[in-house]
Amino acid sequence: MTSASLPPGLIMILGALPAFWLRGRVKGTWMLLVPVVSFAYLLTLPHGQLLTIPFMGIDLQLARVDRLSLIFGYIFHLVAFISNLYAWHVEDRSQNVAGLIYAGAAVGAVFAGDLFTLFVFWELLTISASFLILARGTERALASGFRYFMVHVAGGLCLLAGILLHVHATGSAAFNFIGLGTTGALLIFIGFGVNCAWPFLHSWLTDSYPEATVTGTIFLSAFTTKTAVYALARAFPGTEALIWIGVAMAAFPIFYAVIENDLRRVLAYSLINQVGFMVVGIGIGTELAINGAVAHAFNDILFKGLLFMTMGAVMYRTGKINATDLGGLYKSMPWTCGFCIVGAASISAFPLFSGFVSKSMVMEAAAHGDMRLVWFVLLFASAGVFHHAGIKIPFFAFFSHDSGLRCKEAPRHMLLAMGLTAVLCVFIGSFPGYLYKLLPYATDYQPYTASHVIAQTQLLFFSALAFTLLLLAGIYPPEIRSVNLDADWVYRRGGVLVYRACDRIFNGLNDWANEIFGKRLPHVLARFFERPGGNVQKHVLRLAAEMSGDLPELKKLEEDAEKRCRTGAYPIGLSVLLAVLFLGGMAVLYLI
Amino acid sequence: MDREPIDINEELAVFDKPQNVKRLLIVFFTCVALLLLVDLFYHRHTVFAWEGWFGFYCVFGFVACVVLVILAKYVLRPLVMRDEEYYDER
Repeated sequence: MTSASLPPGLIMILGALPAFWLRGRVKGTWMLLVPVVSFAYLLTLPHGQLLTIPFMGIDLQLARVDRLSLIFGYIFHLVAFISNLYAWHVEDRSQNVAGLIYAGAAVGAVFAGDLFTLFVFWELLTISASFLILARGTERALASGFRYFMVHVAGGLCLLAGILLHVHATGSAAFNFIGLGTTGALLIFIGFGVNCAWPFLHSWLTDSYPEATVTGTIFLSAFTTKTAVYALARAFPGTEALIWIGVAMAAFPIFYAVIENDLRRVLAYSLINQVGFMVVGIGIGTELAINGAVAHAFNDILFKGLLFMTMGAVMYRTGKINATDLGGLYKSMPWTCGFCIVGAASISAFPLFSGFVSKSMVMEAAAHGDMRLVWFVLLFASAGVFHHAGIKIPFFAFFSHDSGLRCKEAPRHMLLAMGLTAVLCVFIGSFPGYLYKLLPYATDYQPYTASHVIAQTQLLFFSALAFTLLLLAGIYPPEIRSVNLDADWVYRRGGVLVYRACDRIFNGLNDWANEIFGKRLPHVLARFFERPGGNVQKHVLRLAAEMSGDLPELKKLEEDAEKRCRTGAYPIGLSVLLAVLFLGGMAVLYLI
Repeated sequence: MDREPIDINEELAVFDKPQNVKRLLIVFFTCVALLLLVDLFYHRHTVFAWEGWFGFYCVFGFVACVVLVILAKYVLRPLVMRDEEYYDER
């Protein structure tokens, strides 16, 4: 095949269908083969806008191939292969099918040349990802998957509204630089932001990733947020708001990660922290910064995937994932432990590991732009990420106190997947030239200067020193079984509170109205209309008596009125008075 | 799950022996001290002036992590920590 005949993502999406019927080794082989075939097809594609289809007055562009989309395409295929290898043992149809469709949707989204194609693949991401969470089958996973779906549907609708406004305003659906400025652009921006896990929009991530299946989380950690990073890099590079959003993303999750007990949730927080670096890079928008953001996305998919895989393996073997339940596993799972340390070193940006060669590009771009505060927060986040992902994860799972757990080493296919990823992390860290060649802009960035190596090593060792001393001094917060409130409180608990408040207010109003209009008023009216004439007289008499203060005669007059009313013996004068009043009233009404 | 019974006669692993932990700590503290001393002999090429100060990255790394832990433990935890079943209550 030389010319494009299929959108790049479609091979994996179509390849997912046979996975529904296949079993055992055939299924495993098929799941590995599909990403390889899809990747080979991708390599045959020339650069440029391919596959343009006119549709209802709009040009749909199903394959836009350039350096920015290609590097994401490569890493998505690579991680799809690794994840499928890791998930070799999974015989759950929904997971296998959803995994491949999810990967295919991510590839489709990054090669989309127009906003409508992007939107279709964007929604497919949401649907397929939800199945990877629901497949765990626990009550929590089901609830969490449902929340994941609802949040992303809301984000997707926001994106769709933005796309419609944008297309209406500009007359073009092309997915190129958009930039802030119009309502449509803002809605698209926020729609991307939901998938990118911006602060306050992020809690779907920390809520659902730790609840997904052991293998599902590996897929999840790679695609949704990185697709959003790609979309931002495509449509909003150099948008200043992104710098501050990214700074917040890099900073706040590390505090949560320190006190979180569920180790996969610690990794979910550190995922947001790493995406923060990428978002800052896109916000700065210089060539170096965009290169840094993309390179870091590439590396993060690998080392975060590796860390999630090691924690998944621990969970697969022991059934536990809380730091309070684990410890001392280096004896039972030495290989997994080793791979975890490689992942930890990579995310912490140790020299010779992959994070080192990409994270510093963003920091250097910030420094060259003289963004001092941004630079300081990112440096703080770099120290912090080593603290919680670099030390905490391996330490509490594999070392710390001996939990007494003794289990087998991870299965062979998991070890292979982890080993392959670990080798890639070290390879990219040691020979960054190969990665740099793939970046969107040509670069002569040199990560291995003596200054950089020394500075980074000092930063990390003294962070480790702080951890060690705090731990020895007993100040380091002990892990506690707990839930830590986050922005998802708004819809998990806040929603319930709103529901209860509505219940109180509206049902209260209903009860009150029922009491007044349904019970009391008819009762009063019924009593009044038993003897309307007599009652009117009585009340008028009472009123007159109160005003004149002539109380002694009141009782007698009331009795007289009542008697007259009962016997129907009204004096004619009164009837005449009432008739005159009635006619007078009618006359006034008529004149008005 | 694939849990094997604990063998009470199993050999002590590397870090079960206190002397090994102690050795590791000594090596670690030596590295830390040496890294600080590097600043005496090597002058970094920097973008910001403060990067060139003696021990800047060392002090920053240490202080950042202490502040991180203190804030997380004494400020964030009291604010957000709830019982594990917090969201499960109906």
